[in-house]
Amino acid sequence: MPTVTLTVNGRSVTADVDARTLLVQMLRENLHLTGTHVGCDTSQCGACVVHVDGKAVKSCTTFAVQCQGTEVVTIEGLAQDGKLHPMQEAFREHHGLQCGFCTPGMIMAAVDIVNRKGAVDEATIREELEGNICRCTGYHNIVKAVEAGAQAMTGKAPARQAAE
Amino acid sequence: MYPFKYQKAATVRGAVSLLGKAEDPKLLAGGHTLIPTMKQRLASPKTLVDLSGAGLSGIEQKGRNIVIGAMTTHAEVAASPIVQQAIPALAQLAGHIGDPHVRHRGTIGGSVANNDPAADYPAALMALGATVHTSKRKIPAEEFFAGMFATALDEDEVITKIAFPVPAKAAYVKFPNPASRYAIVGVFVAKKGSQVKVAVTGAGSGGVFRHTAMEEALAKRFNPKSLEGVGTPAADLNGDIHASADYRAHLVGVIAKRAVAAAIA
Ligand SMILES: Cc1cc2nc3c(=O)[nH]c(=O)nc-3n(C[C@H](O)[C@H](O)[C@H](O)COP(=O)(O)OP(=O)(O)OC[C@H]3O[C@@H](n4cnc5c(N)ncnc54)[C@H](O)[C@@H]3O)c2cc1C
Ligand code: FES
Ligand code: FES
Repeated sequence: MPTVTLTVNGRSVTADVDARTLLVQMLRENLHLTGTHVGCDTSQCGACVVHVDGKAVKSCTTFAVQCQGTEVVTIEGLAQDGKLHPMQEAFREHHGLQCGFCTPGMIMAAVDIVNRKGAVDEATIREELEGNICRCTGYHNIVKAVEAGAQAMTGKAPARQAAE
Repeated sequence: MYPFKYQKAATVRGAVSLLGKAEDPKLLAGGHTLIPTMKQRLASPKTLVDLSGAGLSGIEQKGRNIVIGAMTTHAEVAASPIVQQAIPALAQLAGHIGDPHVRHRGTIGGSVANNDPAADYPAALMALGATVHTSKRKIPAEEFFAGMFATALDEDEVITKIAFPVPAKAAYVKFPNPASRYAIVGVFVAKKGSQVKVAVTGAGSGGVFRHTAMEEALAKRFNPKSLEGVGTPAADLNGDIHASADYRAHLVGVIAKRAVAAAIA
């Protein structure tokens, strides 16, 4: 059985896993980080998005062994010292969730969008959220939340502006 | 998913040798076709040979060619200043494959080796007259794609890089399936000197194909108007739940005109 060592949310972890273990399985079942969800298991929905070496990826479509030596960040790794990450705070503030199932993936995708593109406009956000499906919200409040979160992360404009 | 043995190759030679001696092996690139296929048990290799450590990613300009390593991700091609400058249509194509997460893992080599009839890259390779470099030879795109999900690759052959000659003008337009983003019809047009190539993906029942009637019309005058009345026989096209063959035939004409308009804009 391969031994996989990776850094998850700043902590070095090692596990013996079957080669076919998906990254999401290692996170949820071995490390008990159940914030990362499995919505479809067919690479479509984005509920399982985490960051691997700073890039958003679908952890249901990545083997844990492929992540040997990488730096993984999950939704549990965003808040610092009991304070929500600005993107999490924006989702709360703008009611960017209903049932919350898609939310961990949405927020990890949103942070990745801002890391790549900075303060983004609505059209860009909608295009960039292509890989994340939400069955509840109809997306409007998610888009608003990402816009506000992006502003809060970059300090480009006051987050309140997007709230209307 | 059935169990398998995981092996990571440190070099291309290492990968070839593993392919030669491991039990029922398959190469693993970004895994964004292979892993879903294995989950469905449509593929059940006994050994996966991971190419991620074999030094196959990177983009460089070599003379009049843009050379892209097989393990280069779609996101890297889309964001590459070299590709954006020399063949903007190719950067744009890569930037519209699937979604951002797919683009962070999926690779050009995996896409080309898979030759999905609805994939985007095969159209670019055909229209730009690219050459597929492998562990044993160089294969012109024209000879590489051999029908739906089939290529000229041998069992123990690894794609190392793909060389794209820089065109004078080029554009790619796709009509995506709104759910998967794969092409229902995608048309890549490229003009180099007096030669025009038009490659169609998503539509053909044998995978990507060149539309020679359109090429002849466009060689006379490279303008969307030249395509008026140039038909596409529906007989050789795909019909499925997403679009009938007749509808695809119609779309090929519409999308090709848009591609030519984009190329001359
Ligand atoms: C949700 C989703 C949406 C997608 N949308 C699109 C889209 O819009 N357009 C599109 O074109 N594609 C799309 N794809 C497919 C995506 O581009 C894949 O990443 C790609 O087709 C396969 O590349 P890979 O690196 O993931 O290869 P893998 O899945 O790792 O491998 C695919 C096949 O190629 C072989 N292989 C891989 N590398 C090599 C090599 N160097 N030499 C020889 N053989 C090799 C493997 O053995 C395997 O058989 C989508 C995929 C998903 C999951
Ligand atoms: S669970 Fe990974 S994309 Fe849906
Ligand atoms: S909030 Fe329920 S799926 Fe998005």
